[in-house]
Amino acid sequence: MSGLLVLFIYVALFIGAYLAVKAIRSSMAKTTDFTSLKTVTFGDESAVTADRAASIISVAAIFLVWGAFTGSNYAPIHMPGPFKGYTEFTYVSQNPAGETSQATVNVLVHDFGADVDAPEATESTGFAQGDTATVAAWRSVLIRAARNDGEGVVVTQVEGQDISPGETVKVPNGKVTMTTKGSLNFSPYAGMQMESIWLPSPEAVTHRFQEILHEGYRGIVLLEHIRWSLYRVFAGFIFGSLVGIPLGYAMGLSGWARGWFDPIVEFMRPVPPLALIPLVIIWFGIGESGKIVLLFLAALWVMIIAARAGVSGVNIAKVQAAYALGASKAQVLRYVIVPNSLPEIFTGARVSMGVCWGTVVAAEMLAGEKGLGAMINTASKFQLTDIVIMGIIIIGVIGFGIDVLMRKLESYLVPWKGKS
Amino acid sequence: MGALNINDISMRFELPDGSHVQALQNVSLNLKKGELLSVLGPSGCGKSTLLNIVAGFLAPTQGVIELAGKPVTGPSAERGMVFQKGALFEWMSVRQNVEFGPRMKGMPETERNTIVENLLDTVGLRDFKEKAVYELSGGMQQRVALARCLANDPDVILMDEPLGALDALTREKMQGLVLDLWKKTGKTIILITHSVDEALLLGERLLVMAPRPGRIFKEYRLPFADRAVGEDLRVVKEDPTFNDTKKEILEMIWEMEEEIMGGDK
Ligand SMILES: Nc1ncnc2c1ncn2[C@@H]1O[C@H](COP(=O)(O)OP(=O)(O)OP(=O)(O)O)[C@@H](O)[C@H]1O
Ligand SMILES: [Mg+2]
Repeated sequence: MSGLLVLFIYVALFIGAYLAVKAIRSSMAKTTDFTSLKTVTFGDESAVTADRAASIISVAAIFLVWGAFTGSNYAPIHMPGPFKGYTEFTYVSQNPAGETSQATVNVLVHDFGADVDAPEATESTGFAQGDTATVAAWRSVLIRAARNDGEGVVVTQVEGQDISPGETVKVPNGKVTMTTKGSLNFSPYAGMQMESIWLPSPEAVTHRFQEILHEGYRGIVLLEHIRWSLYRVFAGFIFGSLVGIPLGYAMGLSGWARGWFDPIVEFMRPVPPLALIPLVIIWFGIGESGKIVLLFLAALWVMIIAARAGVSGVNIAKVQAAYALGASKAQVLRYVIVPNSLPEIFTGARVSMGVCWGTVVAAEMLAGEKGLGAMINTASKFQLTDIVIMGIIIIGVIGFGIDVLMRKLESYLVPWKGKS
Repeated sequence: MGALNINDISMRFELPDGSHVQALQNVSLNLKKGELLSVLGPSGCGKSTLLNIVAGFLAPTQGVIELAGKPVTGPSAERGMVFQKGALFEWMSVRQNVEFGPRMKGMPETERNTIVENLLDTVGLRDFKEKAVYELSGGMQQRVALARCLANDPDVILMDEPLGALDALTREKMQGLVLDLWKKTGKTIILITHSVDEALLLGERLLVMAPRPGRIFKEYRLPFADRAVGEDLRVVKEDPTFNDTKKEILEMIWEMEEEIMGGDK
C-alpha cells in the first residue's frame, strides 16, 4: 500500500516539477540557441540533452520523499507519523449470569526501546475492572481485558461495538482485534512513516556516518573499511592486467595462442565472478588471498578480451606502413600495436574496475570483517539499517568516482581514442 | 641502376569455397629510376594487388620483382608506401610521424630533426610540427604521409589512391605537390588512381589495366607531367591532346565496366 503511495507521490513530483520549471522558464527571456530553433525535436536524438534542473530536482525529490516518510528534520513536510502518548478505549464484559459491565483500557504508546511505566487504571463501577498496557509505536500489545473481571467473564463489545474472535474494531488512535481466545490485541495507529529499522531518516544516516568516520564500527573506522576494499580491487585488477594484457596480445598476434586460449576465455568469460566464490573459498580459504584471487579472475577475462580486441582492431595500413618504413617486428609491436591497443585496453580497464568493485563488495559480504561489504553485512545482522544505507551510498559514490577517474585518465593518456 | 623490374607476375587467390580469382596474369613492366607511372583501371582489376606485391606485402604465385637487381621478398625501407588514409599513427605528433623511418633505423635525433624540418617546409606544414595528426585536415594528413615516406629516402614510392579521399580543390593542390616532390627528389613513383585527369597529369607513363584476369591493357607515354611541373595544372588540362587521350581512356574503361556488368548477369 504505502509502496504504491510512494510511487504515486514520486510520479506527481516528476510531473509537477516539470510543469513548474516549464512555467518559470516560459516567463523568463527566451534563449535562441540552435536547438531552440529546431522545429523537429521529437525523435531527434541530438536535440535531447539532460536537463540539469531536472537532475537537481530529481536528487532533491529523493531526499524529500525519504525525509517525508521517515519524519526527518531535513524535510519541510512529513507524512503522518505513528501515534504516541496516552490513549484509551472502553469495553463491555459479560459474566456467566448474563450481566454486563463496562471498563476502560488505558494504553501508553511510547518510542521503541523507551523505559516507561504503565498508566494508572481507571476506576470502574461494575464487575469489569480497568486494564493498562504499554506498547511501542508500530507494535501491538495483547490485552487480556476480562482476566481481572471474574470467573467466566468474556468481552462482548469494544468502544460500544459488538466484537467476537477474529473481528476488528476501530478505537481512538488505533484498532483492536479479538484473538481466538478472546483477548484484545491493540495496535496503535502506525501512520505512514517508515520505522527506522526499515528505513532510517537521512539524519540518522549522516549521524551514523560521522560516528563511523571517527569512532568506527566494531573498532574499524570507515576509512579503514574503504582502504581494504580499494586495496583488494586494485590488487586484483593489477594482477589481472599483468597476466591478461600479455595473454590478450599473444592471442591477437599468434594463431596458436588464440586457438589455445580461445576455449578457456570464451568459457570463463560468461561465468559471473560471484559463481566462482565457493570454489575460490575451497581452494584459497576465506582470507585475503582468496579475495584477491577472485578479483584477479574477475579482471582477467575482461583484460584478455580488451587486449585481444585492441590488437585485432589495428588498421592493417598502419602495420604495413610501419614495415614499409623499415620497422622490425619488435618495433611494430612497440610503436604500432601497443599504442593502437591502448584505447581498447582503457575501456577494458574501466569495465573490469567496475566488475571488481561489484565483486569485492559481494566477496566481503561472504567472509571477513574488514571492507565495506563486510561492514554492511555485519550491520544488517544487527538490523542497523542506517549503517547498511550509508554503506550502500558510499559504495555507489566510490564506484562512480573510480569510473570518473578512469575516464579522466583515459582522456589524458589516450587522447587519440576514437580519432582514427 | 635503381630500376624496378616486374617480371611476368601472376597472382591467383584461392577462395575458401574452392573457386579462385586470377587477380593478375603475366604482368611485366620495367621502370627506370625516376619514372612516374600512373595506373588506371576499373575496380577489381588488380591494381592494389600489384602494388602490394611490389611493396612486398604479398608474394606472387608466379614471377619475380627486382629492385636494382635484388629480388623483392618482403617489405623494406627502400620501397615506401603512401596509403589512401588511416595509415598515420594517431598517438604520435606530426614530427614523430615524419621521423618514424629514420628513428627505426637508429638515426640520431639532431639528424632526424634536420630531415623533419626540411620536409615539413617542403609540404608546407612547418607550423604544425608538434600538432597531433588527428587535429589536421584530410589534405594536411596526406602531406604528412608524403613527408613520412620521403623522410626514409626510399628508392621507389608506391601510392594507392593517395588523394582519393580528398575534395576536388585540395586534390588539385596536392597533385601539384606530388609533381614538385617527384621532380625535386627524382624518385621512382607508382601511383594508382581512379581519376583519369590525375593519371594523365601526373604520369610520365600511364598504364590501363583490364580485369578478369587482371592484366596490362594499354600503355601510354605522356608529355603532360613534365610540362605541368610548376605550372598551373588547369592550363595543361586545356591541351587538346590531353582531352583526346582522356576521352579514349574513359571509353576504354567504360567498355570494360560494361563487360563486367554484363558478365555478372
Ligand atoms: N585477399 C584476397 N583474397 C581473395 N581475393 C582477393 C584478395 N585481394 C584481392 N582479391 C581479389 O583480387 C581482385 C583484384 O583486387 P584489387 O584489390 O587488387 O583490385 P583494385 O584494382 O585495387 O580495385 P579497386 O580499384 O576497387 O581498389 C579482386 O577481384 C579481388 O576480389
Ligand atoms: Mg585498390
